[in-house]
Amino acid sequence: MSLTVEQIKQRNQELITEVLKAYPEKTAKKRAKHLGVYEEGKPDCGVKSNIKSIPGVMTIRGCAYAGSFGVVWNPVKNMIHLSHGPVGCGRYNRGGRRNYYIGTTGVDTFTTMHFTSDFQERDIVFGGDKKLAKIIDEMEMLFPLSQGVTIQSECPIGLIGDDIEAVAKKKAKEIGKTVVPVRCEGFRGVSQSLGHHIANDSIRDWVLDPSASKPMDIQSTPYDVAIIGDYNIGGDAWASRILLEEMGLRVIAQWSGDGTLAELERTSKAKLNIIHCYRSMNYIVRHMEEKYGIPWVEYNFFGPTKIAESLRKIASFFDAKIQEGAERVIAKYEPVAKAVIDKYRPRLEGKKVMIFVGGLRPRHVIPAFEDLGMECIATGYEFAHNDDYQRTTHYVKDGTLIYDDVTGYEFEKFAEKLMPDLVASGIKEKYIFQKMGLPFRQMHSWDYSGPYHGYDGFAVFARDMDLAINNPVWNMTKAPWQTA
Amino acid sequence: MTQHTQNPTPQNPDQVLDHLNLFRHPDYVTLFKNKRCEFERAAPDEKVEEIREWTKTWDYREKNLSREALAINPDKACQPTGAIMAAVGFEGTLPFVHGSQGCVAYYRTYFNRHFKEPSSVVSTSMTEDAAVFGGLNNLVDGLANAYNLYQPKMIAVLTTCMAEVIGDDLNAFIKVAKDKGSVPHDFNTPFAHTPAFVGSHITGYDNMMKGILSYFWDGKAGTVPPLERKPTETINFIGGFDGYVVGNLREIKRIFSLFGAEAIILSDSSEVWDTPTDGQFRMYDGGTTVAETEAALNSKATLVMQEFGTEKTREYLMEKGQEVISFNYPIGVSATDEFLMAISRLTGKPIPKELEKERGRLVDAIADSVAHIHGKKFALSADPSMAYGLTRFLLELGAQPLHIMATNGNKEWEAKMKALLDSSPFGQGCHVWAGKDLWHMRSFLFTEPVDFLIGNCYCKYLERDTGTPLIRIGFPIFDRHHHHRFPTWGYQGGLNVLVRILDKIFDEMDRNTIGIATSDYSFDLIR
Repeated sequence: MSLTVEQIKQRNQELITEVLKAYPEKTAKKRAKHLGVYEEGKPDCGVKSNIKSIPGVMTIRGCAYAGSFGVVWNPVKNMIHLSHGPVGCGRYNRGGRRNYYIGTTGVDTFTTMHFTSDFQERDIVFGGDKKLAKIIDEMEMLFPLSQGVTIQSECPIGLIGDDIEAVAKKKAKEIGKTVVPVRCEGFRGVSQSLGHHIANDSIRDWVLDPSASKPMDIQSTPYDVAIIGDYNIGGDAWASRILLEEMGLRVIAQWSGDGTLAELERTSKAKLNIIHCYRSMNYIVRHMEEKYGIPWVEYNFFGPTKIAESLRKIASFFDAKIQEGAERVIAKYEPVAKAVIDKYRPRLEGKKVMIFVGGLRPRHVIPAFEDLGMECIATGYEFAHNDDYQRTTHYVKDGTLIYDDVTGYEFEKFAEKLMPDLVASGIKEKYIFQKMGLPFRQMHSWDYSGPYHGYDGFAVFARDMDLAINNPVWNMTKAPWQTA
Repeated sequence: MTQHTQNPTPQNPDQVLDHLNLFRHPDYVTLFKNKRCEFERAAPDEKVEEIREWTKTWDYREKNLSREALAINPDKACQPTGAIMAAVGFEGTLPFVHGSQGCVAYYRTYFNRHFKEPSSVVSTSMTEDAAVFGGLNNLVDGLANAYNLYQPKMIAVLTTCMAEVIGDDLNAFIKVAKDKGSVPHDFNTPFAHTPAFVGSHITGYDNMMKGILSYFWDGKAGTVPPLERKPTETINFIGGFDGYVVGNLREIKRIFSLFGAEAIILSDSSEVWDTPTDGQFRMYDGGTTVAETEAALNSKATLVMQEFGTEKTREYLMEKGQEVISFNYPIGVSATDEFLMAISRLTGKPIPKELEKERGRLVDAIADSVAHIHGKKFALSADPSMAYGLTRFLLELGAQPLHIMATNGNKEWEAKMKALLDSSPFGQGCHVWAGKDLWHMRSFLFTEPVDFLIGNCYCKYLERDTGTPLIRIGFPIFDRHHHHRFPTWGYQGGLNVLVRILDKIFDEMDRNTIGIATSDYSFDLIR
């Protein structure tokens, strides 16, 4: 009954041809470039990426503001991040990403709050720079323990010609704290991806490089590393940090989940940058490599296979002590990981998954599914670049269906035909597929669960995939009196 | 730096710990402590505590209230979400947002998280080139794509602030798109400009409602002759922006049918935001038909449940010659009485006996329980009309609504609220806060505390900070499920709101008396 690879490829090609029929010709031509079937041995997945979304097709993508404010900056917990412009953006973003932190919110920590200049018509007409200056004073008055401010531009800022850089420089001097202007207006670029890049650049220019000439604020050790690109969703970075510390490394900075200004500032002194979300933070590790000679290494903390591989890879940059530490950590956690697999694999063996997320997850989570005996039959990225699709070739099987910046229509049709056992995507997709009777897990927010990173996270991941797929509700979607 | 090799690993396949319990493990507790002490350059604990205490003071409150430029946790959203809520209540309608695409991702997410339902909205994905040259091409292509892919019966066009700042003209653009064949000339494309820097989500509801009505009644943007009003006995109903729209509209339809009244619900999203899980995804479901929308011009009157957030629509209806009767989110006995008497007057039909009995049951329920509510102090944050409706109900219950806040409330609202408070002995000494935000509310709750707070899920942070128990009523509610399926209107709705308030009061009583051998003498079986 199971199809051969060639049959799968043919079916997937036919599927692509079929969904493209619904589009007007011009659009079909454009979308065709984003849909493909992975051919083993090819250097990428054969799809175009990082191109403007087509109007009216229901893209799942967000914007540069979401990439800068929502992803990169807002988790930096002891700075105040101002949503500069109208009220909506920050309202909708608030509390949505589950960037966990420890701190006294509203006193020394601010991530789950919404600070906005709440632009009115007069601000659009007369400009918002004076208001911005006043806002920074008011922040100082009410939040003396804040360590700095970032100004996250919403769409209107760049259109009305405000000079937020001038305001930032002036106010930084006055209050004696870091003030970072960020030009992440939502219309810039084609997705949240440019927002990540802009945010990386703003950290580089306003935080990292300016503090690089100063000696590190803590005593240096040979084992200083920085976690880059972990947003601590549901505690992911904590479940990762604990392993690194146990193997003998010292984590001097977390970018940016549960992160602080001090950590960003000292990262130019790290001995190694380890990067999880390559897409959103490769810019800064490349910069630190070029300017400060800091090597960087990608790792994957989803599922025991990749965790062990990653721990060894990270350890390979250090001496025997750390390498022994890595082996010790692996040996300590392997029995639990094995017990988790022994429990859940029989329930999940052979289950097929369709993935569509952003960042690193469309490839990174595949081995965790495979650890549980599951198979990824289709995957795609919201905002990948070609280097992501190159990296994806190490993860996907021959014949996997690939969709870049999938549209609502395509995703629904693909799932309807492939009928996977699980769809792993975002909140906008969740209820569509559940209505169709398909089990679903949110893979941005971990469906309000987590952590999923590290050995401790893998147990949660396995439990959650089981509860999603094997809940009795999916046997009840058809009334018994209906004929099949 | 620490080694965590002493303790056993926290996970165990028989009892997997997620974030709720995992991070209580001693290894994680140590990790947090070390990170803070060694790496975060954090202020000393005493300093944090000192500032935290200071934020509870009158001094801080005065500084907080002196803010002129910064909004902190404002309790409002921007126009497009309101416009989308109005639009999806019309049959087969796809909201189409002209502007940046990220906004649409946010709007959809906002509704997904509240209703736990799909939310289908498209955008024209305008980028930098569109900012320079205008978004005409995006709109032309976008309409063609949306029309072909999602086969709506109608596309309701609205704007993000980007399109508004560069001054794109929807009427002109849609005409061009039709000339270019994006959609057929006779395909319905009502529209509304919905700048995020004017008003709030309730303004967007108003603009889209007026946009849709005027599109159909005034000649579909100059393409057909305007409709001529031929008055009928039918009554229109407009609910306004409402997180309980699913439960409420069903209740309202039941009420109209008990009356035997001819009624047209303008924007009925009670189906599309409550679709079954039966193997089929319904992008569209139910909704006000075009025929009903057109016929609504002829109705003798329109009942509007929220005076605030329907200003332009109401004015337009009156210009058309309809009687417009406005309410402010009627909750409870007397507000529902007025609503029903208005239907009775308009239809000439008596109040149905069944509703009269329901009224008696609500009064019965209040009488049974009111001892627990009488004299309790409340604070609340809501959209202006809902704040009014809740306040009126609290006064009816003998509670004291000490702080009433609407971030999107204006001077008229403030005056109306004050008049309401003046009308009741329980309203004496209560405060109305128009235009304030939830960070102001934090100061109010510390300096002039209350027993309970009523608001949406964003208010949970106030519950944490101030210890004021939160009764979740409003929009959005992300962290409790299915409340939107139950009405807040009608006597039945009043009962739901009453029970929600009572449940929290009783839960608090139990929580406060659960101390073994210290307070559990009052941990009563019967309350």
